[in-house]
Amino acid sequence: MNAPLTSGYNFAYLDEQTKRMIRRAILKAIAIPGYQVPFASREMPMPYGWGTGGVQVTAAVLGADDTLKVIDQGSDDTTNAVSIRKFFEKTAGVATTTVTSEATVIQTRHRIPETPLKEDQILVYQVPIPEPLRFLEPRETETRTMHALEEYGLMHVKLYEDIARHGHIATTYAYPVKVAGRYLMDPSPTPRFDNPKMHQSPALQLFGAGREKRIYAVPPYTDVVSLDFEDHPFEVNKFDKPCALCGAEGVYLDEVILDDRGGRMFVCSDTDHCETRRADGNRGEMSPDSSENRP
Amino acid sequence: MAAAHASPAAPALVLDRIGKTFTMHLQGGARLPVVRDVSFSVAPGECVVLGGPSGAGKSSVLKMIYGNYRCDQGAILVRDGSELVDAAAAEPRRIIRLRRQRVGYVSQFLRVIPRVSALAVVAQAAVAFGLPEGLAGARARDLLARLNLPERLWSLPPATFSGGEQQRVNIARGFVATHDILLLDEPTASLDAKNRAAVVDLIHERKRAGSAIVGIFHDDDVRERVADRIVDITRFAAAA
Amino acid sequence: MSAARELPAAEMPELPLLSVDGLSKFYGARLGCIDVGFDLYPGEVLAIVGESGSGKSTLLSLLSGRLAPSAGRIRYRMRDGELRNVLGLTEAERRLLMRTDWGFVHQDPAQGLRMAVSAGANVGERLMAVGQRHYGDIRATATDWLGRVEIDSDRIDDAPRAFSGGMRQRLQIARNLVTHPRLVFMDEPTGGLDVSVQARLLDLLRGLVDDLGLSVVIVTHDLAVARLISHRLMVMRQGRVIEAGLTDQVLDDPREPYTQLLVSSVLQV
Repeated sequence: MNAPLTSGYNFAYLDEQTKRMIRRAILKAIAIPGYQVPFASREMPMPYGWGTGGVQVTAAVLGADDTLKVIDQGSDDTTNAVSIRKFFEKTAGVATTTVTSEATVIQTRHRIPETPLKEDQILVYQVPIPEPLRFLEPRETETRTMHALEEYGLMHVKLYEDIARHGHIATTYAYPVKVAGRYLMDPSPTPRFDNPKMHQSPALQLFGAGREKRIYAVPPYTDVVSLDFEDHPFEVNKFDKPCALCGAEGVYLDEVILDDRGGRMFVCSDTDHCETRRADGNRGEMSPDSSENRP
Repeated sequence: MAAAHASPAAPALVLDRIGKTFTMHLQGGARLPVVRDVSFSVAPGECVVLGGPSGAGKSSVLKMIYGNYRCDQGAILVRDGSELVDAAAAEPRRIIRLRRQRVGYVSQFLRVIPRVSALAVVAQAAVAFGLPEGLAGARARDLLARLNLPERLWSLPPATFSGGEQQRVNIARGFVATHDILLLDEPTASLDAKNRAAVVDLIHERKRAGSAIVGIFHDDDVRERVADRIVDITRFAAAA
Repeated sequence: MSAARELPAAEMPELPLLSVDGLSKFYGARLGCIDVGFDLYPGEVLAIVGESGSGKSTLLSLLSGRLAPSAGRIRYRMRDGELRNVLGLTEAERRLLMRTDWGFVHQDPAQGLRMAVSAGANVGERLMAVGQRHYGDIRATATDWLGRVEIDSDRIDDAPRAFSGGMRQRLQIARNLVTHPRLVFMDEPTGGLDVSVQARLLDLLRGLVDDLGLSVVIVTHDLAVARLISHRLMVMRQGRVIEAGLTDQVLDDPREPYTQLLVSSVLQV
C-alpha cells in the first residue's frame, strides 16, 4: 500500500468546505428519501463517467477508520475499481478490502453485493443519469414539477411501451422504483436483479451523479418498491444454471466467452462472493479444481 | 273555417309588430329596410302562407322566427309548453332549445355536411328532437321513401345529389320531427309534380297533427291546397 | 335545414360549466385581450373566430390555464357541482383538472402528443396518470378509443411519427377524450390539414361532441368550421369581443362592420 499523501492534498482529496457542502446535501437527501438534491459538483481528477459523483460522496463520508471497498460490475479488479481504490488509498490512507463483510464504505457501479449488507455499512452508487422521467420528458423544469406533485403516470408509459414491444417489462437496468411511498427514483444503472436488495436494507444507500450534480439517498430500512402493472408484476431475472465456478444459485451471473468456438460460461458477477464461496469449498461445473476436471 | 275551429286554440306563434333593417357597413352604412310592423299569429293546425312580391322580405320573416336573423323591433312569441318565449329577445341557448323542441325549419337549400349520409342527415334531426335512434331511423326511411328518393342514395352523403334530390333530403329532415311550429321556405321550388304532391300530403298530415305552419310557396297550386290564410307582409308597412 | 347545431336531446342543465368575466391580458403596453366574459353550458360548443392577432389564441391560453390573466375571473363547475375559481386552484389541482376533466387539442399534434411513444401509450397516458395499473385494461381502452377516432387497431404499437397529419390529429383527440373530460379546448384543430382530411375530422369531432355531451371552446379562423361545429360564436378583433351570439345568426346576419367584412370575405360559409 502506498503511504498517504501528507502534503498537497486534504484528506480524501476534497477540501473540508466542499465536503461539508456535500454532507449537507447528503443529509438533506437522507431526510427526503429518493429526492434528488442538487449539489455543487467539483471537478475531479478523472473524467465524467468514471464515477466522479460517487467519488465525491465517498470522499465526504470517509473517515480515517473506514475500510473501503470499490466494485465495478460486481468486480473488485476492473480498471475503474482499482483506480478509485488506489485514489483513496493515496489521498486518504484508508484501509481497503475486497471482502464485502469487512468494508464500512462500498462504492459501486452497477451492482449491489450478494452478501447481505449490515447496519454499519454505507453503499455509495455512481450514477450517470439520476432522472428516471427523462426518457419521456426531457424538460428538467417539467420533471421537477412532476416530482413535486407526485405525477408519476409517465413512468408507467415507459413500462407500457416495454410490454407492448416485448411482451414483458424488458427494462433490465435502471428499473424505476418508488422510495418510501413518495419519490420516484432511478437506481441506475444497477440491474433490476438487485432492486429487491434495496428494499428495507440495513445499510445506508447514497447516490452521487457528478455530471448532473445530484445526490439522493435511501436511508436504512426504507421501502423501495419496483413499479409494475397488476397483470405484469415486477420479477427479477432468473438464471438457468448456477455459477460455473462456485455453484452459487440465486445470484447475478456474467457471461464469459471462453474461446472462438462459442464456448461460454456463466459466473458470479460479484467476484468477492464467488471467491469466498470457493474458499469455503464450493465448486461449480467448470471450476478448475472440481473433481471431474481433475486429471 | 270549420266549426271545430270556432273556439280557436291559443296561438302557437305570435308576431307582434316585428321589423328589421339591414345596415350594410361595406356599402358606406347604407340602410336596407326589410320589413316593418309585421303582425300575425298562427294557431295549432293552421297553415299561414306569406304573400307579397319577390324581395318583400318573406324569407327574412321566417329567418327572424327561427333566429337566423335578428329582430330589430317587436316580439316573436313562441309557445313552449305553458310558457310564451320571446324569440326576438331570447338567449342563444333558449333559441337552440326552441329549435330542438318546438320549431322546425325547411330552408331553401340543404346545407351539406361532409361524409354524413342522407339517411343520417334526416335521422339526426329526429334524434335531436328526442326520438330514440331506432324510431328516428325508421321515420327517416319512411319519409325518404315517400319523397321518392331512390334507396341507393340513402347511404350516400348528399353533396353529389342533384338540387331536387338535396331538397327532398332537406324536406325529410324538416318533417321527421313533429315540431309544434314548422317554417317552410319554398320547399317545393325544385320539385316535380309527383314530389310536390307528396309534400302537400305531408303538410296536410302535419296540420291534422296540430302543427302551426308558416310557409312561402311560389307555386299557386300548392299554395291553394295548403293555405288556411295568406298574409301579405307588405300591407303592414303600407298601413303604418 | 337548420344551420346551427342542435344540442343533444338530454335535458338542458341550467348551470354554467364555465363562467368567465372581465378577462384581460396585457403584454406590457400591448393588449392581448380585454374584458371578455361569457358563460358556457354543458354540451355547448363555443367558437372564437377572428384573424391573426385578434387575441383569440391569447384568450384560449387564458381560459385553459396556460397563461395568467392580468385581470378577470374564470370559474369552473367541478364534478362535485361546486363552481370554483380556476385561478385560485393550486398547481396540483390545476394540473389534475387539465389531465382529467379538461382536454386541449393543439393545432400541431406534435405539441399534444408524445411523438416517440406508441399510439396506445399516448392514449393510455392519462389513464396511467390517474392511477390505472392494469396493462390489459389500459390497452383495451386504448384500442377502443383508437377505433372511435377511426385508427386501425393494428396501429396501436406504432409511434405517431409514422402517422399522417389527419391520423395524428385524431390520435390527439383520443388521447384527450379517454378520461371523459367535460370541457375541451381546441386551437385550430383542422388547421394545416388537407380539405378532405379536414372534413373527416370535423365530422368525427361533431359526432364525439354530441355523443359525449362535451362542452368545447374552439378557436378557428375558418368560419365554415365554426358554422359546422359550434352553437355559439364570438368574433374577436384587436383583443375585444365585438360580436357574439348564435352561430348562424352571427354568420347570416352579421351586425358589426368587421363581422360583415369577415363573412363577406369568405367564398361560402
